[in-house]
This record gives sequence, C-alpha cells and structure tokens, in this order.
Amino acid sequence: MHESSAPFIYNLTILLPVLPFLAFVLIVLWANRSKQLSARLAMGGIGLSWLIGWAIAFTAFGAQDIAENPFRMVRDWLPVGRAWQAFGFMIDPLSALMLLMVPFVCFLIFVYSYGYMGVGKPAGAHDQRGAPAEPGHVDPLASRFFAYIALFATGMIGLVLADNLILLLVFWEIMGLCSYLLIGFWFARKYDDPKKITPKEAGLKAFLTTRIGDTLMLAGMLLLFAQVGSLSFSEIFKPATLEHLATTTTNIILIGPVPWATLIAILIFCGAIGKSAQFPLHVWLPDAMEGPTPVSALIHAATMVSAGVYLVIRTFPLMAAVEHGAALQFIAFIGSFTALFAATIALAQNDIKKVLAYSTISQLGFMFAALGIGAYVAATFHLLTHAFFKALLFLGSGSVIHGMEHGHHEGHGHGDTVTGGQGDVPHHAAPDHHVTVSPGHSFDPQDMRNMGGLFRRMPRTAWTFIIGGLALAGFPLVTAGFWSKDEILADAWAHNQLVFAGLAVAALLTAFYTARQIVMTFFGAPRTAAAEHASEHDSIFQWMTIPLMALAVFAIAFGWFGIPTTFPVLGQLSSNPFHHLIGGLAEALHLEAKELPFSAVPLLTSVVVALGGLFLGWLVYRGVAQIGQRGEDALQLRDPLARPLGRVYPVLQNKYYFDEFYSKVFVKGVQRLANWLFRFDDVWVIDPVVDGVGKVWRRISDWGQAFDERIVDGIVNGIGALTAAVASAARVIQTGRAQNYLLVGLVAVSVLLGVFLVAPK
Amino acid sequence: MVPLTWYLILAAALFCIGLFGVLARKNAVAVLMGVELMLNAVNINLLAFWRYTALGQLVGQAFAVFVITVAAAEAAVGVALFIAIYRQRDTVNVEELDDMKG
Repeated sequence: MHESSAPFIYNLTILLPVLPFLAFVLIVLWANRSKQLSARLAMGGIGLSWLIGWAIAFTAFGAQDIAENPFRMVRDWLPVGRAWQAFGFMIDPLSALMLLMVPFVCFLIFVYSYGYMGVGKPAGAHDQRGAPAEPGHVDPLASRFFAYIALFATGMIGLVLADNLILLLVFWEIMGLCSYLLIGFWFARKYDDPKKITPKEAGLKAFLTTRIGDTLMLAGMLLLFAQVGSLSFSEIFKPATLEHLATTTTNIILIGPVPWATLIAILIFCGAIGKSAQFPLHVWLPDAMEGPTPVSALIHAATMVSAGVYLVIRTFPLMAAVEHGAALQFIAFIGSFTALFAATIALAQNDIKKVLAYSTISQLGFMFAALGIGAYVAATFHLLTHAFFKALLFLGSGSVIHGMEHGHHEGHGHGDTVTGGQGDVPHHAAPDHHVTVSPGHSFDPQDMRNMGGLFRRMPRTAWTFIIGGLALAGFPLVTAGFWSKDEILADAWAHNQLVFAGLAVAALLTAFYTARQIVMTFFGAPRTAAAEHASEHDSIFQWMTIPLMALAVFAIAFGWFGIPTTFPVLGQLSSNPFHHLIGGLAEALHLEAKELPFSAVPLLTSVVVALGGLFLGWLVYRGVAQIGQRGEDALQLRDPLARPLGRVYPVLQNKYYFDEFYSKVFVKGVQRLANWLFRFDDVWVIDPVVDGVGKVWRRISDWGQAFDERIVDGIVNGIGALTAAVASAARVIQTGRAQNYLLVGLVAVSVLLGVFLVAPK
Repeated sequence: MVPLTWYLILAAALFCIGLFGVLARKNAVAVLMGVELMLNAVNINLLAFWRYTALGQLVGQAFAVFVITVAAAEAAVGVALFIAIYRQRDTVNVEELDDMKG
C-alpha cells in the first residue's frame, strides 16, 4: 500500500469522541424522559464510534510509516503566554491499538448495561431513585446512567487520541468526574452495617484519592511546560529536548541534584498511580465496586485504570530519558510491589467483585513493572489483553450477581406459602412482595460464600467467566493472558531478576485466587436458596450474555497477535504483528524494543505458576464446594486458608488495614487540622480579633455619638436659646409709646451729659 | 441790667415744664402744648445769648423767627394728625397709641 497523503478515513478521527459526547448531550437535554431512547442513543453513539474506530485502526495497521509519521489533526486552541496550546488528535500505532480495544469494549459494556439496568422492564412500585431496582424492574435513573457512561466513553476515547498533555489532562479529568458520578450512581443506597462504605462515600473516596495523583501530575506537566515550552508529544519527544531534560538538573532539598526528566517523569507517574490505583493510592478501587457492575467493567477494567498505564506508555520516552534512571526504577518498584501486594489481598476476599478489584490492581502492577524494566511492548500488550478479559470477568460477575438476586427473589417466593413468584394474584402479591424482599437487604448477592453450583444454573455466564478467569490466570498457550504475561515475565527475566521473582509469585497467587473464585462460585453444590434458584433465563440476560461471549472470544484470540516469533513451534506460525506495530513506534521514538531471544526459564515459570496456582486453588477449595451448606450457615463458612495462614489471614482480609490507617492518619488528621483551624478562626484568634476591633469601634462611635449629641448639638441649640432669651427680655422695652421712647432718650442724654460734665478733661 | 444767668434759668425752667408736659400728659393736645413751651424756652435762650454776646448782628432774632414759624407749622401738622387719629380711634390719649410697637 502506498499513499502520498493520509487516507480520508483519518479525517473522521474527530467524530470518535464527539459521537458519544453528542449522545450524552442529547440524553441530558432531550431524551432523558425515555429510558429506552436514552439507552439506544448511547449505544448508537458508541456503536458508530466503534465502527469508525476500527476502520481507522485497521487502516493505520496497514500503513507502512504510521509510526514515523503519525496522522495529526491540530487546531490552535488556547493561547498560553506566547505559545498556543493545540487542540489536537493523533493516530499512531499506540492510539490505533487503543482504538481497537476502547470503543469496542465500551460498546459491549453499553449493550450489557441495557440488560443490566433492566431497560424495557416495567418500573418497580417500591423502587427509589438512586438505589438499585428490584429484580425484573428498570432502574429509575437508567437514562442518567447512559448519559454518564456516554460521557465517560468520550473521555477515554479522547484520551487515547490526544496529541498533547493538556488535552490528555482534560479528558483524564472528564473520566475522573464520570467515575465519581458513576461509582456514586446508587447514591441513595444505605447499608445496615455502618462500617460498610456506601456508594456515595465510595465515589467521593475515589475522586479525592485520584485527585492527589492528579495534582502531582499537573505539577509535573507545568514543570515540563516551563522547561520545554510545549506540551505536545511531538515536541517533548524530540531527541534534543529529551537530551536537554536528562542532562540539566535541579536541586531538591535533602536529595541533591536531580535531572529534570526524572523529576517530571516521577510526578507524571504519580498521576498514573492515582488513576491506576497503584500502591499507596490503591484504596479507592476496591470501594469503587459500589458502583453498578457495568461501571466496574468500564472504569476498572477497560478504560480508566488503563488510562494511567496508557499515560506512562505514551510518555515513556520521557520516563526513559535517563537510562536506568530513578524514574524507571521507581515505576518498576511500585508496579511489582503492587502486583504482589494486591494479589495477596485478593486471596482473602469473599466479595466476588472485590476479588476482581484487587486482581485489577495487581495486573496493573504487572504493567507498570513491565514499563519500569523497559518492556514497552509487553506492557502495551498486557494492557490490551487485560482490558478484554477483565471486562469479561466484571461483566460476568455482574451477571452472576443478577442471577443471584433473581434466585433470591424466586427462592423466597417458593419458600412462601402464599405466592409462587411475581405476577401471581395481585392483591396478594403486592404486599407479599414487599414483605419477602425487605429482609433480603441483609442478603449479599455478591458474597461468594452464598454461591456455589452456579455452573448448572447459569451455563453461559459460567463458561465465559471461566474463560476470563483462565486468561487472568494465564492458562498456557490458549489464553491471551498467558501470552502477555509470559512476555512480561520474559522481559523481567532478561532485565531484572528481582522484579521477575516478585511477578512470578504474584502470578502464582493470581492463578490461585482465580481458581478459588471459580470453584467457590460455579462448582460444587449451591450453599443458599438463592444460589439454588439462580437463573439466567430472564430476557435481560440476552443483552448481558452476548457481550460476554464476544469478550470471551477476544480474551482468547487477542493473544495470538502477540506470539513471539522466537517461541518454539508456534513462533513459526506467528508473524507477531503486535510487536511489529508497537516495536515500530518504539523505534520511531528511539527506544529499545528488540524481540528477546527465547529463554526457557520464564516460559517454564509462567506455565508452572499458572497451572500450579489453578491446581492448588482447585485442591484447596474443592472441599468447600462440596459442603453445600444452606441458609444462614453459608456466611459461617470457614475459608480453608484461614487455619494455615493463622494471624495473617485477618490481615489480608482487612487489606492490611490500609483503609483504617489512612482514615486514622489522613482523614482524622485532616479533620483534626480542620477542627483546629476552625477553633483558631472562630474561637481563638481571628474571630476574637475581628470582634474586638468591632467592639472598640462600637465604643468609639458611641462616644462620638454622645459628643455629637451633647457638645455640637448643645452649642447650636444654645446659641438659638440664648438669642431667644435675649430677645424675650428685650422685647419688653418696645412698648410702642412715644413717651416711653422719649423718656429713654432723656435719661440717655442726661447720663451722657453728666458723664461729659463729670469726666475729667 | 438783668444778668444773662436769670434768662437762662427762666428758659431752663420753662423747658423743664414743657418736657414734663410732653412726657407726663396723656392728652395729645397737652403734649403738643408742652412741645410749644420747650420751643419757646429755646427762643428765650437764643435771644438772651444774642443780646449779651452778638448785639451787632441779626442772627439771634432771625433764628427765633424761624423757630416760631416752624413751631406754627408743626402745631398745624400735629393738630391735623390728632384730628385724623381721633376720627379713626375716637381718642387722643397717647397711652393708647402704641402702634409703633413691632
């Protein structure tokens, strides 16, 4: 294929973020009354984006020189000092690959949401706005939900297309806002247990925690702008600019001279730590599971958490500007530590979504560890495969939860003497419905201890979930997760054995907890009535299981694009198009991205840990699955790991007490500081000073008033009164009689004459 | 020859009688008569000083004639005023005539 100018299809790039945004605007302003219409608008917007996105992505894969000459679409946007910030989109191999994944997964999640939110079902009589609907009813705020996720998709698509950091930040924050809105979507939901975090609090927590990272990231961007004078990727990644950043240093107190590149890279990475929930800002992600399950899939698998990894991949030339510098070591450390740390927590979680949440944190740690050791291609590969299989797992867990809720509903219906389910005799069903469901609020359909034996009840969900789980565990040769994880391990083996060891253990734990999750959920005998009556025969499950199947295909097949050519036997069949693409980009950016020579150690390791972990998990939890306890006893189920782990188990179950620690140190600390400042302000210093000044002035003005009233007014009135007094005294003289006047004249003349005569001459 | 002082004493006495009449009488006509007495007292003084100090000149007699003329005119105006006041107010008691007040 040869071309002188860019293919026409690239000009449609601008539509990709605009279409879902248009859907958002239309839903908010016009279509929000009709849930059906809103859902269709959102699906239509993202569906078109998906088609155009794939057309653009495949055109880009076919182009020869897309890595050297990425397609750009740039308009001047914001004047910043003497420079202009451009509003620009870019298509290069990395954004093309993201376009392959993001709109597609978003579309599938939107379709799934159509079912999950019960669009098309009747409205429930007792449903409350901002709380989950009863099974078989539409969510009262479904339109709002579709508006939010459409805006969210806009954010993620815009982010992968942005050609400068400012625009990237804008979309980054759009996603931050949407994650807040979506995690807190069921804002009215309350729990009996006051310690359990509510969706409203979880949304706030996610927003505030990521804000810490975002602030540092913004600081990094501003420093970068101060140093380079531009935030456009093409400007920043010029070899001369990177050289300049790597050689000039700045002095930091206590640390000494640090290259600008290192400082900026670490600050920008802090944004990724927040967004991708890495240690120590990982606390928000598990609680973010309070959001509706499609949101968990959207935010915590396919898009937002990947945005952090994407940011580091995108700015990788900057991260790697200093060879084997502190920035990369820092990233590698945080990544591998988080991978291991989160995997251990996932071992002891009983909530089906919490397990997935910690596995997400752990897998993102894998990606960062890979980036930290320079495995640019492997990290990108794992980012994409993970997005597919983790979205699959989250959506699968949502399906399981819905199935359990249906089962709970049905189970209680059957257990009751009056009614055999909904839609029975109306005058009985209505009050009965209310009565049977209200104790159900304490029933937790997400708790794996309540499940068991769902394989027979929900086969489509189970199959797809197991495929996703195997991909997560890295089941050898077949699944996508194996190929990407294997590539990371191979890179780690070649570059940093310590990271390799950490990741290998984390991979073993991953396989173990995945097996635990699958066995506890799907195999053995049902442990509660809800699990026994769970089903996926409702019409909503048609909408929900089709995306699961589509994702399951990708969770397996996507890995085949990245089989290393050096791999025994299979390598000969593979041309490794993935490495070709991303490697080409890396070369264009002057990064080292050679395909590694084959080494048996990491391959054997990854096969052994995956199979070993799965086998161990099955071995340990096989017994639990067979118990098949009923009713309330399900929650008393003792985890077989609890005894051998002893005191460690509660620590894991409580997530190393990070939430408690942060709440004690930071939340309480800030509250105490705020309280102190309040006292400083209102009680001790500021208000008393202000009040004092006020009082003094009040005193002074009182005095001034008295002066005015007594002295000034007194003088004025006194003059008047004096005049009046004199006049009333003098008016007596004026009698009007000529004789009196004459007499006065006489007396006066006589006196004057007397004085004249007596006075000495 | 009668000394000048006697004339002056007579004139002063006459003046005082006139003044008393002006100040003390209630009848306006009597007040006018008091004024005539005071004028004539002045005439006596004029003539006396002329006779004793400026005999060769006619100034004293001339002044006296002028004073008598003015007095006649004044008496005529005064009586005319009293008649007018009497017609309006039915009295010429100067105690009641206090229109010069305020």
